[in-house]
Formats: sequence, structure tokens, C-alpha cells
Amino acid sequence: MSRATNSFSRSAAAHAILIAYTIIALFPVFIIVINSFKARNAIFNAPMTPPTAETFDLVGYRTVLAQGDFLQYFQNSFIVTVSSLFFVLLFGAMAAFALSEYRFRGNKLMGLYLALGIMIPIRLGTVAILQLMVASGLVNTLTALVLVYTAQGLPLAIFILAEFMSTVSDDLKNAGRIDGLSEYTIFFRLVLPLVRPAMATVAVFTMIPIWNDLWFPLILAPSEATKTITLGAQMFIGQYVTNWNAVLAALSLAILPVLVLYLIFSRQLIRGITSGAVK
Amino acid sequence: MGSLNIENVKKSFGPVDVLKGIDLAVSDGEFVVFVGPSGCGKSTLLRVIAGLEDASSGHVIIDGNEVTSTPPAKRGIAMVFQTYALYPHLTVRNNMALGLKQAGTPAAEIEKRIAAASTMLSLEPYLERRPAELSGGQRQRVAIGRAVVREPKLFLFDEPLSNLDAALRVNTRLEIAQLHRRLKATMVYVTHDQVEAMTLADKIVVLNAGRIEQVGAPMELYNSPANVFVAGFIGSPKMNFIEGARLGESVKTIGVRPEHLTVDAKKGAWKGTVIHAEHLGADTNIYLDCEKAGLLTVRVFGVYDAEPGATLYATPDPARTYRFGEDGRAVK
Ligand SMILES: Nc1ncnc2c1ncn2[C@@H]1O[C@H](COP(=O)(O)OP(=O)(O)O)[C@@H](O)[C@H]1O
Ligand SMILES: [Mg+2]
Repeated sequence: MSRATNSFSRSAAAHAILIAYTIIALFPVFIIVINSFKARNAIFNAPMTPPTAETFDLVGYRTVLAQGDFLQYFQNSFIVTVSSLFFVLLFGAMAAFALSEYRFRGNKLMGLYLALGIMIPIRLGTVAILQLMVASGLVNTLTALVLVYTAQGLPLAIFILAEFMSTVSDDLKNAGRIDGLSEYTIFFRLVLPLVRPAMATVAVFTMIPIWNDLWFPLILAPSEATKTITLGAQMFIGQYVTNWNAVLAALSLAILPVLVLYLIFSRQLIRGITSGAVK
Repeated sequence: MGSLNIENVKKSFGPVDVLKGIDLAVSDGEFVVFVGPSGCGKSTLLRVIAGLEDASSGHVIIDGNEVTSTPPAKRGIAMVFQTYALYPHLTVRNNMALGLKQAGTPAAEIEKRIAAASTMLSLEPYLERRPAELSGGQRQRVAIGRAVVREPKLFLFDEPLSNLDAALRVNTRLEIAQLHRRLKATMVYVTHDQVEAMTLADKIVVLNAGRIEQVGAPMELYNSPANVFVAGFIGSPKMNFIEGARLGESVKTIGVRPEHLTVDAKKGAWKGTVIHAEHLGADTNIYLDCEKAGLLTVRVFGVYDAEPGATLYATPDPARTYRFGEDGRAVK
């Protein structure tokens, strides 16, 4: 009896903490979204209140969509994020497999070298990267961004995935070798499905900083045709006047695609966890 | 079908020598068991035979062909692992078919072999299930089926029963013994369990610290162990070892098996006090602390009442007392 109440109060406490954290984490997002639906005066007079019949105004969204190129910015962000994610996961998983599966000279050193990238911010190399992109004619292309983001995402991906891959049963891989499977088949068909939860985790960690990044789009691809959504939203922030309606509307819209991607991966994550339980 | 020869195989992981020169000949149709304590290199030797691990030096010859640099799939072997190692995303049928498909076997032939193997191992009801939907015993039978359909020259088993519970272990052991009788194939079986080794093997290879201690038929090892290690490893409960000096003998160690000691309340060679008695029904294990011989285990057939603290005399069977010299080798 006492144990039951005890566990109830414990789970109530856990829920209270989690709910409090959720409110704190979601509050800024909530404020952005409600204010994006309000008229300019209402945003400044009562930023905390949700839109009422009087203050409701879609002017922000109208401005953003009338700007025309916004769809293009969305598309750019999407292409850059999805391609970078694809390459990070592919190359990250392959490198992690090699590091965890094969014994070769310098294996440990290579792992350390790759992990070093986690500690050194890639932005320190901005000038060199810009020179490189200028020299190779990649300035103002999405390719430049994809390359940089792939490099940025790989260290953490390799670090996490190598750890997970070393837990995949050696017997399973050896059974595949005896059945004549190539190392690529063993990697893609046997190992990758078993580390899917880790892949989903890495995907989420990789995706969000790419989607939100302002730095590299501003430096490497600021042209109209290659602007990402985060950079595109900046045009409403002027030196003297800021179109807050439009900024808030653009930011609200920018949440949507990343939310969709997140939902896809988190479902993978949960499916991976539940299917991994019955090995 | 398949003989196996291993010539001076050595294997090191960095500075650690795991196999220190193994020579072994296995003839066609033989059931060979590698037995030894955990970490002595049994699995490593098996993986070298399979080609999953490259030997540091030496040769592996299967069916007369040197296979030292042949990939595992081309060696004509099949392997059953301790953890089953079934492909989680494939059905039982496809688990068995995969290796054959990779080798380009015609579909009709694959069907035929799967049908035969699944009848032999009573797997028909499970052919369309995935490994996750099977019990441990069923999974291990699927793994054995996957090996059988390949019709290999050489079967390799790496502790296939270790993950099963006791009752299932006995059943599956029986099944493997029958499989060997029916297929008449050469089998190499690794275990750390001497009961499995004694019950299955035509020939036992006792390994210790990367070396072969003795090779022989189960009864050969039991009746004439070559050294202290084999004498202690084969037989359960373990052989009693007594320092020769305590008994006034010239050799270093005297060995006598618990079942070759008799006890009596009145008279006998070594007087001792009962420390503990284990009643197993069919036999009774008595632990005796003897004045002259030290701590002894005595195995008495049937029920024997021995209270802790009671005085008993133990007498060894002189015809079955083993003598070992300074170097641990048996002395006649
Ligand atoms: N891949 C490896 N790298 C380094 N050491 C290994 C490796 N595989 C096995 N060993 C070592 O070799 C020894 C024998 O291992 P193994 O053959 O698995 O023993 P067992 O007789 O229990 O099957 C152990 O001490 C183990 O630590
Ligand atoms: Mg082993």
C-alpha cells in the first residue's frame, strides 16, 4: 500500500518537473507563434496575450508570402538540411563501422582525430573555408553549405555511432560472412537496421543546428537564389525599422518543416527501441 | 566428405599470444570437441578454421585443400554460434536460404534442402516466422538448420548450448548427436563443459592457455590423462590431488578420482572428518578433511548417511591411482 502511494507521489513529482521544463522550453516558441497572428500595435502593447478578435491580424503572413521568394528560401533550407543529413548519416555510419569493426594500424589515432572535431568549432575555420569555396567556385551555391555542414556533423555522428556499432553482435556479422555476404551487405542489411535508434538520435542532433544556422548562409551563400529561410527572415530586420509582424510570421513558418522532420525521426527512434527489445 | 588438418597454427592479438602452435588432424566424419577453460583460445581456434580470423602463422587444410587464404564462404564450412546469430529481419525460411542464394544455388534445390532440414529439426511450423517470435531452443534449431542446408564439408559449433536452460541443453545435445549420426559429417564442437565433451565426442582435444594438452577418445582421457591439467579437467567432481611427500611417495602429486575412493566408518587408509555431504539420490558426495591426505571429495554410489563432524576412513583403489611428476606429466 505504502509502496503504491510512494510511487504515485514520486511519479507526480517527476511529472511536475517535466511539465515545468516543457513550459519553460516552449514559452518563447509560444510567444512567437501567438504574436505572429497579431497586429503590430498589439504585439507591443500586450505581448503576452493571445490574439483576440480585435487584435487578430494576418499581415505578417501576407507580407512574408507576398515577398514571393519565401518558398524558394524554404526549399533551399530543406535541400541543404536533408542532403547534409543524408551525407552525415551515410559517411558517419560507414566510418563508425570501419573504426569499430576492423583492426588496422592507427585505428585508435583515427578515432581520436575524428573525435577532435567535436571540440573544435568549425566556425574557427571560416576564413579558410571561404577562401576554399572562392577558389573552387562554390560561393553562392547550396553545395558549399552541404559540404560545410557534412563536415560539421560528421565528428559527433562518428563518435556516437561507433559506440553503438561496437555493441552489434560479432556472431551476427560472422554468420553473414560465412553465408557469403559482402562487407557492404553486412553493413547495410545487418548492422544499420540494428543501430537505427542511434541513427535517429544523430539525425536530430545534426539537423537542428543546420536548419537554424545563420552564419554560413550569410558568408557562403547570401545570394537571392541560395538564401536559406533563417537568412531570408533577416531581411525584415532593418537597421532602423524592423517588420516584427513579418519576422514573427517567418519564424513561425520556419518551425514547421523541422517539426515534421523531427516527428519522422522520433517515430523511428521509438520503433527502433521497441524492436530492439526482442533480439 | 571433409577432413581437417591444422599445422602449427599460431595467433597473436598484438603482444598477446592466444594460440601457441596448434597441430591437429581430424579425419572424415569425426566428431571432435575442443574443451578447455574460458579464455584458453577455443573460439579463436575455431574462428581461424572458419577463416573469420587470420592465423598469425601456420596452415589450415580442409578436405585436402589449403584454405589459409580462402574467405569463409568458400571454405565449405558452416558455423553455429552461441548467440544463434540469426538475421533478425528475415523469416526462418530466408535465414536458411540466404547462404545458398549467395552461392547461386537453384531455387528448386534450395526449397528441397530447406524442406529436408526443417523436417529433420521439426521446424516446419515456424518457417514463416521471424527469429524474434521464436524461443531460445527454436532459434538454436534454426541456426543448426541454417548450417545443415549448406551441406558443408565441416560443421563448426561454438558453444551452441551455453545460452539454453538445462533441460533444453540435454535435448539439443541429443539432437546434435543424432544429426552427426545421420549426416556422417565432420564436426568440430567447442565447449567449456566437459559433460558435453564426454557425451558428444569421438575425439576430445583438451586446450589450455593456447596449447593442446591431450587429444584422445573420451575414455582414454578419463582412464589415462597425460598430465595434471587433463586429469583435473575431465571428470566430475574433480580428481583429488595430494602432494606425494605427504604420503611418503617419490612423485610430486598423487591423483585419485572421487569415485575411486571408498569410505568406511571403522578402518581404512586415511582417517578424516566429514565437512559436508551432498545427497544427489543416485550418489552422495562427501567432503572429508583427512589428517594425512588433506581435503578429499569422495563419491559414494547410492545414499550414504554422513553427518558433518563424523569420522570416516577413505581408501583409494590402488589400480586407479594416478601419479604425476615434477613437470605435471603422468608417471607410470
Ligand atoms: N579480437 C580480439 N582481440 C584481442 N584479444 C582477443 C580477441 N579475441 C580473443 N582475444 C583473447 O584471446 C583469448 C582467447 O579467447 P577465446 O578464443 O574467445 O577463448 P575461449 O576459449 O573462451 O573461447 C582471450 O584471452 C581473449 O581475451
Ligand atoms: Mg569462446
